[in-house]
Amino acid sequence: MTRALDDVRIAEFGGYAAGPHIGKLLGNFGATVVHVESRARPDGFRMQYPPYKDNRPGIDRGGCFAYFNDSKLGVTLDLKNARGVELARRLVSTCDVVIENMRPGVMARIGLGYEALAAVRPGLVMLSTCNMGQSGPRADTPGFGSQLTALAGMCNLTGASEGPPMLLYGPYIDFIASTLGAAAVLAALERRRRTGAGAWLDISQYECGLQFLAGPLLDYHRDGRIAQRAGNADPDAVLHGAYPCADGTWLALSCWTEAERGRLDAAVAPQTLADWLAARPARAAAEALQAAGVHAHAVSTVADLFTDPQLAARGQWRRRPHPVIGDQAYCFPAFDLAETPGEITRAAPTLGADNEQVFGELLGLSAAELAEYAAAGAFD
Amino acid sequence: MLRGCAVVDATDRLAWLAGRLLGDLGAEVVKVEAPGADTHAAEWRALNAGKRLVALDPASAAGGAQFEALAAAADIVLCTPRPDAPPDTDPRRIAGRHPRAVVVSVTPFGLTGPKSGWRASDLELMAAGGAMSLAGEPGGAPMRVSAPQAYAWAGAQAAVGALVALHHQRRSGRGQLVDVSAQSAVITALSHAPTFVDLLGVTPTRAGAFMTGRSVTGAQFRVFWPCRDGYLNFILYGGAAGRRTNEQLVAWMRARGAELGPLADIDWGRWDPTRATQGEVDAIEAPVGRFFAAVAKREFLEEAHRREMLGYPVSTVADIAADPQLAARGFWRERRGPDGRTERHCGAFVVVDGRRPGQS
Repeated sequence: MTRALDDVRIAEFGGYAAGPHIGKLLGNFGATVVHVESRARPDGFRMQYPPYKDNRPGIDRGGCFAYFNDSKLGVTLDLKNARGVELARRLVSTCDVVIENMRPGVMARIGLGYEALAAVRPGLVMLSTCNMGQSGPRADTPGFGSQLTALAGMCNLTGASEGPPMLLYGPYIDFIASTLGAAAVLAALERRRRTGAGAWLDISQYECGLQFLAGPLLDYHRDGRIAQRAGNADPDAVLHGAYPCADGTWLALSCWTEAERGRLDAAVAPQTLADWLAARPARAAAEALQAAGVHAHAVSTVADLFTDPQLAARGQWRRRPHPVIGDQAYCFPAFDLAETPGEITRAAPTLGADNEQVFGELLGLSAAELAEYAAAGAFD
Repeated sequence: MLRGCAVVDATDRLAWLAGRLLGDLGAEVVKVEAPGADTHAAEWRALNAGKRLVALDPASAAGGAQFEALAAAADIVLCTPRPDAPPDTDPRRIAGRHPRAVVVSVTPFGLTGPKSGWRASDLELMAAGGAMSLAGEPGGAPMRVSAPQAYAWAGAQAAVGALVALHHQRRSGRGQLVDVSAQSAVITALSHAPTFVDLLGVTPTRAGAFMTGRSVTGAQFRVFWPCRDGYLNFILYGGAAGRRTNEQLVAWMRARGAELGPLADIDWGRWDPTRATQGEVDAIEAPVGRFFAAVAKREFLEEAHRREMLGYPVSTVADIAADPQLAARGFWRERRGPDGRTERHCGAFVVVDGRRPGQS
C-alpha cells in the first residue's frame, strides 16, 4: 500500500503533546517517525499523566503516552552522553525532518541545534515548538498548555457572561500548534523539493492559538470591540443553546432563520420545546430535528464518541494491540485521502522497543558497533 | 515555502482558515465568493486576508466555466459542499474532472456515513466532537467557546490534509480527494480524554473553574482567581515545577508585605497536593486569593516570568493586542483594508529561518 508520506523520515526529540502529536499525524500517512527518549528521562506522558492500564502506573502502561505516539518507532538515547549525542546526529543524518519541543536553547546546548544538525544533513527541515517561540522577551518561559490557553484568550471566552472564565480540557492550545506545525513541516518539504533548501521552523504555541481567534482580534484592532464570554449565545442566531433532554442528556440546537425556527416549532407541536425535549434523549431529539431540517446534535460525552455511528463509519477509533496495554483505541486524523489513505500503522512503542531496528537496520550499524555504543551508555 | 502553489478556495465559514494558513505559507490563494457576499465582517476579513477575491457563482453557467478554468490551473481546490448543491459542484466530481488537483472537501461530518447530510454550525460541532461536554460548570449546562472554534479546527486539519495530498501529488503527478470531517477535527481538541473511557471505562466531565482529580481526598483546586483587573490562571502544583512556583509566590508575597497565614510554614519541597484535604487547600488558597485580588494581569505576567513561576493571566483580546512578546516577534501584520484603512491582522503562524513570512 502506497502512503502519501512514505518517503519522509522524521526524528522526534522531546515529549508530552506539542511535539509528538505532529509526528503522529505525519506517521498516520506513512512517514517513518522515530521517537527519541532516554531511559533516565522518558517522555513525561509515560509516567506523569493517567490513565494507566488497570490503573497501575508503569513506564509502558500509560494510555496518554500511547495515544500520541502510535505509528512510530521508539528508541532510547542518553543525550547527556557524548556517544548518545553522536548517535542522535547519525540518526538525523538519515532524516528529512527533526521535531523538537524542548525549552529554547536546550537542543543547541546539547549539540543538536539547527546549525549543527543541518551540517550533518543538508536540506534538513527542523521544527522547534515551545510556549512563546524561540525569540522575544519571554522566550524562556516554561509553561503548560492548559494555562497558555488562558493567556491566548480562549478561557476568557468560555463560560456564562456573569460567571468566571472556564477551563478547556487539557492543553487545548498544544493541539492547535501541533496541527499547524504539521502543515508547516509539509510546506517546508515542498520548498525543499523545489529549491533544495532546508528550513528551521519556529513555532510559538501562543501565536498558533491566536489564529483560532483571528476574527475577534481583528474586531478589536479595527473596531475596538472586546469579545466577551456569552455562555452559549450567538448574536447571529434566532435560537442557539444547549437544552436538557431525558436521561440527563443535553441537546445542542440552533436556528439561523425564522423559517428554520418555524420548522422547529412544527416538529415539536403541539408541545413546547422544553416539554418535547424532556420526553426524549438527546440522540433521538437530534435525529427527529435533523429530519425536519433543523441544526441539532446531542452533546456527546467522551464515552458517546465511541458509539457514534458517524464516527464508526469514518474509522475514527482504530484498535491496535500493545504488548503491555493490550488493545487500545487510537485516534485517526480528521481527514483521509481517497487514493492513498492513512492508517494507524502500529501501536505506540514501549520504551526503547525499536533500538535494534532503528540503529541496526535503518542506520546500518553492525552488531559490534551497537555493542560498543551500548557499553558506552549511549542507549541509557 | 509554498511559492507557486495555486489554491482555489471555494469554502464558506467552515473552512476559511485552511486557505488562510496555506496563504501564510506562501501559496497563491484565490477566494471565490458569490457576487454580493458580505466581505466586511471581521471574521471574513481575518480569515480571508491575503487571498485574491474573485466574485463568481459556481451554480451559474458563466460562473461554472470560470470556476473550471481556475480549478484546471490549481494545485489545490478547497470546498465546503452543501448536500443540496448542484451535482457538478460535488467535490468527487471536481476531483474526477481535475485529476491533477488535490480536492479538499470540508463538511460537518464528512462526505459519507449516516450523518453526512446533517446540518451543523459551530455549536453542534463542538457538541458532536465532545468538546462541550468538557466545558462549563459541573452539573450545569455544557458550554462552547463564545468565538467559533470548530470551524478553525476543521480548517486547520484541512490545511494539513491538503499538504499531505500535495506531497503525494508532487511525487506521482496525481491529485486526489481529501475528505475532512469537522466533527472529527474537534476531537483533536480533547487531548487524551478518550483514553480514560477506553482504558478505564471512566468518562471525563467538565470541571468549571476548578481542577479536581489531583488529590486522593477529592479536594478541588482553584484555577481562576479574581485579580485587580480580571482573572488569573494559577494552580498549586506539586513536583519540581510546583515547588519553584509556590516558593516564588511566597517570596513575592513576603516582599510585598502580604499576610501569609499558613503559607509561611509550608516546606514546598515536601508538600504533596495529591494528599491534601479540602480544608488544607482552602487554608492555603485563602491568603493567595487575597494577594491576587490586588495584582494586575500585566503585573502577574511580568512577575511570574521574572520568577519562573507557572501561571498566566486570563487575557482579553485587548490584553493580547498589547502583549510585548508578540510585538517583539513581529506577530502583527498590517494590511490595507477595502476602505483604504490599515487593518492589523494576525501574522503567519510560523517563523521560517528567523523571518516571519509576509513581513519585511
